[in-house]
This record gives sequence, structure tokens and C-alpha cells, in this order.
Amino acid sequence: MSSSAYVQLVDLAKHFGKVKALDGLSLDIAKGELVALLGPSGCGKTTALRALAGLQVLDHGQMIVDGKDVTYQNANKRGMGMVFQAYSLFPHMTARENVEYGLKLRAHKTSGDKRKARSSELLELVGLSTHAHHYPYQLSGGQQQRVALARALAISPKVLLLDEPLSALDAKVRTQLREEIRRIQMELGTTTLFVTHDQEEALSIADRVGVMRNGQLEQIAAPAELYDRPNTAFVAEFVGLTNPIPGNVSSGTIEILGGVVKTLPGSITSGAGIALVRPESIDVIASKSGNATVFSASFLGATCRLSISLANGTRVTAQLPSPDAIALGAGATVNVALLDLPVFVKAAG
Amino acid sequence: MKQSLGVRLWRWTIIFVVALYLLVPLYAMFDFSTKPFSYADKGRTFRAWTMIASQPDLVPAITRSLITAAIVMALILFLIVPTAIWVHLKLPALRRPFELLCLLPLAIPAIVIVVGIAPLYRWISININESPITLAGVYSMLILPYTYRSLSAALDAVDIHTLAEAATTLGATISRVIFGIIMPTIKTGIVNGSFIAIALVLGEYTISNILNFKTFQVVIAQIGRTNGNVAVAVSLASLLFVIFLLLIIPTKKRQGTVLDVDVA
Repeated sequence: MSSSAYVQLVDLAKHFGKVKALDGLSLDIAKGELVALLGPSGCGKTTALRALAGLQVLDHGQMIVDGKDVTYQNANKRGMGMVFQAYSLFPHMTARENVEYGLKLRAHKTSGDKRKARSSELLELVGLSTHAHHYPYQLSGGQQQRVALARALAISPKVLLLDEPLSALDAKVRTQLREEIRRIQMELGTTTLFVTHDQEEALSIADRVGVMRNGQLEQIAAPAELYDRPNTAFVAEFVGLTNPIPGNVSSGTIEILGGVVKTLPGSITSGAGIALVRPESIDVIASKSGNATVFSASFLGATCRLSISLANGTRVTAQLPSPDAIALGAGATVNVALLDLPVFVKAAG
Repeated sequence: MKQSLGVRLWRWTIIFVVALYLLVPLYAMFDFSTKPFSYADKGRTFRAWTMIASQPDLVPAITRSLITAAIVMALILFLIVPTAIWVHLKLPALRRPFELLCLLPLAIPAIVIVVGIAPLYRWISININESPITLAGVYSMLILPYTYRSLSAALDAVDIHTLAEAATTLGATISRVIFGIIMPTIKTGIVNGSFIAIALVLGEYTISNILNFKTFQVVIAQIGRTNGNVAVAVSLASLLFVIFLLLIIPTKKRQGTVLDVDVA
């Protein structure tokens, strides 16, 4: 446990009947950091976030925020700002009244003028200053979530908690809003815990991403490190795409696709294993005497994903810049090689 | 999108039939109340209407019934609504038993209820108060099936859990959540439930008559025994009064300030 951590979650445990939602989760978050918790449904990420908000009573564990133990503090005393997955604006209040609500509850600290100034500032920050007098039913989903973000930030929260706030929005709005969340978070320096099941979302805005499984944190690291250097097979397979390619491991290396590459820490150390190879780690070269055939190509914009059938019948997926992939085309005979990047290897079978 | 002539015609036909259904009895009441009821009357007369003011028991009975209705309204606002919200929010396992309990008065005939509560009201009359206003207690039980259904439908239509959690994280106490957030959100359900309750309280006859309390309906029945025209005139006047009340219900999306109190 780091002494410089602003938020410390220590050994959190929560059971729902026989289901372990949290099973000894520990996590440190530095001040001003944005940490994303990523994982499949039921992995415990939302339970952890709700526990920090004070909305979920734990079976066991300790939560410390800014040096103060908040484990048994009521949710309304914790000073956490939260944005929910479901639209949660108060329907009988305008956007401005929603933003001012938390400040009104702190009326002894916030005068009417200050409140109005603060709500104007935050509505400006989320780009909705012209919608201050609109009711929630007059706002789109994206606008509602922006107001919810402004409302959560208005109270200058100790920690901003985002519980899949973008999942109900369409793809374009989701991308725009996640960039805005990051901009605002960096501008205000608010310590943020972001829960999502969308890995693209997590990897694109977080300082660090924690991958959860069965109530435990499998790995927490910077997005690039998590993607390039997974510690476990689950992380390797959950984050991004992988090609499972069998090979023999010895002395920290594995022999696959006619080459030898280093294995990542946490991989098996010897014997038959399955290398989890990223599509962009596979190099594809056009060659009439090649030992593989491209049987389909999926256009993804800047890149193209090629499905390739190797001579031994194994199928792999490679990702290339679109111009290169288009030059090859489906049906092309190619040579497949592996870039010199370490791979994670799990035990075969 | 412009509606076709057939659709518009169909809609107006429905409106016409419903209006006819509602207005014909009112017209019939008005017709009856203006019919001559003594040899002195020649043709149509408004004597039954002018006699309303001279009924000695009427004004006190109306006042008592309105006070009773106001007490029932207060019980709805400060007891039944918060309890229904609390059950939906914090005790979901109790929803079915609570619903069953609220529906019981519908299944028990009024006469059985009277027999059950008569000893209690005898004791209340002797030891506390013999005013008909004490009927507010039994009325608030009778209105439960209608009020609860209306509230339950309103609560089910809104994600009150998320609203409550959002307010809590912003610093609201549970009383602020209930009175400041959930109640204004389900305002329509509360208003609907309250109007059904008021209609029931103002129209209730069996219990008050058997318990020998002079409420509005009991007095109307008494007047009807001596002069049917006046009784119908009073009934029609009371109906018009209720319609007037309904017309002055706020129709704007939001009117006045939000009920936001902290009783904690």
C-alpha cells in the first residue's frame, strides 16, 4: 500500500449470497489520477465503486480517502461526486437546479450568488450554458450525462465516481463525451474512478487501468503496459484481440511461426504452451512462394484486419495499415512472420 | 403528421360519447332539481337551489367532511406516500405483503369494517372526541387500495433507486430524498391518488351513517327524505364544486417551488 495514495481500498470483500462480488480487492489511487476499472459483467467493478461511494455496505475491508477512514461513513457525508449509468437527473428540476442541488445542501457554506456562479461555471465547462433552464426531458442523453457530470463536480468532490456513464449513449456521443470527461478531469485535477466494461473507453482516457475478475484485481497498469505486457492470460485475452498459437517454451522464449520470441513474466517457463499473440505483432509479406493464404479482410478505417490460413491449417488474425492490407487483398499468398515483441504464454490444454 | 379525416372523426365520436355519458346524468340531476315540487310552483323553479342555504345541518356537515378530507390528505402526504416510497426503496421484500395489506379494505365489505371498528369508535367517542372528523382514521384505511395503486404505478415508472442514490451522494438525508426528490417526481401519482381519496371521503355514506356521524353524504340523505329536489340540487352543487377543484389543479409542468423539507 503506497503512503502517497489519496484513495486506498484495502482488502475489500463483499458477498451476495454465494456470489463473491469482491474478494480481497486492494487498490491505491494517487491524487488527481484517473483510474479505470475494467472487467466482464459480474466481476465486482461496480460493487467496488458503490462501496467507495458509500452506497454498498462491505463484509470486510477498509477505505481511506485523503488520510481519513471512510469505511463506515454515510454516503451523504463522504463528499463523492457520482455519475450513474442510468440517467439520474432530478426530473422536476432544471439543469441549473440539478447542478445547484448539492450546493444547496451545503447552504451554510454556499451563498445564493456563489451557487449560481458555480453552476454557471460548471455548465459552461460541460458546454451547456445555453441549456441552464431546460428540464431533463428537454435534453438528449448526452446532454443529460453532461449535466450529471456538472452536478457531480459542483460539490468539488473528493473523488469523482463514474459508473459506466457512457454506456447508454450512441457511439459518436460516447467518444466525444469520454474525451470531454478526460479534458475536464485534467483541468480540475479531480481524482477519478471510472468503471466500464468497454476496454477502448478505459484504455483511451485512464492514467491506469485495472482489470478485474471474480472480485479481484488481476492487473493494474498504464494502458500501454496493460496491453503490451499483460501479467495473466485473462488480461491478455480480455484486453484486445489475441491469436492463440501453440509452441514450445524454454529458457524464457517460445518458438512459433518459424521464429523465436521472448515470453512475458507470468508465462509458463517450459513445455508446451499457447502464445497469445496480438494481431499487430504479426507481419504479413506478399510472397508467391508463401506458406499462408489471406482468406478475408475486414476494413476498420485506418487499419485492416486480415484473417490468414497457415499451411498447417491454423488460422490467425493480423492487423495492418489499410493501404498495405488492400494491396494484398483476399486470396493472396503471403509469408507470415512474428515481430520481435514479447508474448504471454499460457499452459496448453 | 396530419391526421386523416377518419381518425379525427373517430376521435371526436369517442369524445362525444364519453361527454354524453358524463353530462347526461348531470343534466338529469339539474332537470330534476328544477322541477316543481309543491302546488305553489308554476313550471320550472330554482326554489330547491335557494333552499340549500336554509338547510341548518348542511354547512357544518360540508365543513366537517372537508376537514376530514384535509386530514386524510395530510395522512396520505406524510404517512402513506413516505411509507410507500420507503418500502419501494429500502424494503423491496415487503412490497408484496404491503400491497396485499393495502388491498384488504377493498376485499372486506364496508358493513364488516363497521362492525369491526364500531367498538373502537364507541371508545373514541367516549374518551377522546365524538366529532365526525375522527372518521379520518378509518377513511385513511379505506382509501389505501386506491392511493397505493396510484402511488405504486408512479413509483414503478421512475428509477427512484438511482435518483435516491444520486441525491444521497450529493449530501441529501433520507428525508430530503423522500420529500425533496421522490415526492416531486411522482407528483402526478400523488395528486391522482389524493383526488380519488377525496372523492371517496366526500362520498362515503355507509360507515358514517351506521356509526351515526353527520357527514356530508348522511345530511344529503336526510334532506332527500324530506325534499328530494333539494337533495339532488345539493348533490349537483357538490359535484360542480369538485369539478371546479379539478379544473384549478396546476396543469403546468411545474408550478411553484419544490417541496423540499428536511424533517430529520
